[in-house]
Amino acid sequence: MIRFGQVYKRYPGGHEALQDVSFDVSKGEMVYLTGHSGAGKSTLLKLVAAIERPTSGSVLINGQNIRAIKREAIPALRRNIGLIFQDHKLLFDRNAFENVVLPLQISGFDHREAAKRVRAALDKVGLLSREKANPIALSGGEQQRLCIARAIVTRPDILLADEPTGNLDAEYASEILNIFKSFHQVGVTLLISTHDQNVLQRFPARALHLSHGVLKDGADV
Amino acid sequence: MKILHEHLLVLLATLRRLRLTPGASLLNMIIIGIALSLPVGAYVLLKSVQQLASTVTDTPQISAFLDAGKSSSELSTLKNKLENNERIAKVEFISRDAALQQLQKSTGVADMVGDLPKNPLPDAFIIYPQTTDADAMEALYQELQSWQQFDQVQLDSAWIKKLDALLNLGRLATGILATTLSLALIAITFNTIRLQILTRRDEIEVTKLIGASDGFIRRPFLYFGLLQGLTGGLVAWLLVSASLWLLNGSLHNLTQLYASDFHLHPLSLPDSLALLIFSGYLGWLGAWFSVSQHLWQIEPR
Repeated sequence: MIRFGQVYKRYPGGHEALQDVSFDVSKGEMVYLTGHSGAGKSTLLKLVAAIERPTSGSVLINGQNIRAIKREAIPALRRNIGLIFQDHKLLFDRNAFENVVLPLQISGFDHREAAKRVRAALDKVGLLSREKANPIALSGGEQQRLCIARAIVTRPDILLADEPTGNLDAEYASEILNIFKSFHQVGVTLLISTHDQNVLQRFPARALHLSHGVLKDGADV
Repeated sequence: MKILHEHLLVLLATLRRLRLTPGASLLNMIIIGIALSLPVGAYVLLKSVQQLASTVTDTPQISAFLDAGKSSSELSTLKNKLENNERIAKVEFISRDAALQQLQKSTGVADMVGDLPKNPLPDAFIIYPQTTDADAMEALYQELQSWQQFDQVQLDSAWIKKLDALLNLGRLATGILATTLSLALIAITFNTIRLQILTRRDEIEVTKLIGASDGFIRRPFLYFGLLQGLTGGLVAWLLVSASLWLLNGSLHNLTQLYASDFHLHPLSLPDSLALLIFSGYLGWLGAWFSVSQHLWQIEPR
């Protein structure tokens, strides 16, 4: 599903964010991406979502090479990837429901079908009763769950999560990990970046460890 | 059907956005409306004058007035001489009595003519030349002027030519005005959309991240430009129509004194539609320029 082959990412100014990174994530796998801040975790996720392109090497997502992908093909690629951000990236000029329905509007869903799906996604993350709330009125954990609802509402094959539990206390973090687990069970491919050792211990899975841009493909932790 | 529904949604969202900033939206519409009403007003004025001019015959002719007291034999010799001139196509004789009757028939001066003790009008020939270009007309005019029998020779097409030149000048001026103000309309929309893109930067970034195509992101801005242009056109239409209504009221009082029915024609249906389509198109164009200029700069990081 996700295949990196000798990927280098060099930023203008000479900073090497990733060096000779190669790994495979197969369909339906759940994989952690660990490492210190600045180790290149975010860069790696950005390459998967075609937000950035590798300097050299190949990044294959579902068989499509990000290095050579055409600008016009990027939206279709992203519709198959659910993105979960540490800072949520919710829109505060609309309520929870309208935030979650946005990806479906982009894909051109019939609005009745879309409303059903949005409610299902909100239910999944436990926010069905808050559909009319403005995201600004939600707690940090609720905002994160809303972001997850938006990422899963189109039922993508791949979920990418960048430090999804970064700002949350242990209880909220467990809740969110449980949600991820349930997606893993229905065959979604998950790539979750985290530096939270508790998460790794309580929900063990394969982990890719990045250190200064170099990958150490660890066994299950 | 689905596409139609999507477009309808975007249209409704755009209308909501217009209503969010009623002051700024209204101001923009008024600015665009005023900018458009100037060339449209000038166009209406020109069209009305042109219509007035076209009611007057524009076949070029020369009127030659005779000294008083010519005998009928002298007149027929002169007529023959004129008819034999190869530069002249047709000659028409209007006797002084016929001329007086014609004058009496025309409104406005009938009372005055009735009071005259004797007919002050001369006999006249209306001469239609063979070729009607300006040089030939001028040459014939010069020749006839040198004939002793005529008291006065008049080139009747001269004032039509002057009016025509004047109308052409007016048309050119209106064209220039329309072009510059159309550019202004595009610039206004360009700037409004630029500001909108800047304030909605987060939204654009997020929608790009969740897979929105350029077309999807562009659509609401294009609709906004189109709507703004369209409403601007509507404001222009209202301004021009109201002005014409007011002007025609007082113009009627004035033209009555001259026994003329000259009035400013209101915008016809095709003209009105053309105005709306054109203003909507310009708004759309301004938005399109702005979007293609600014949207690519917003890439998620």
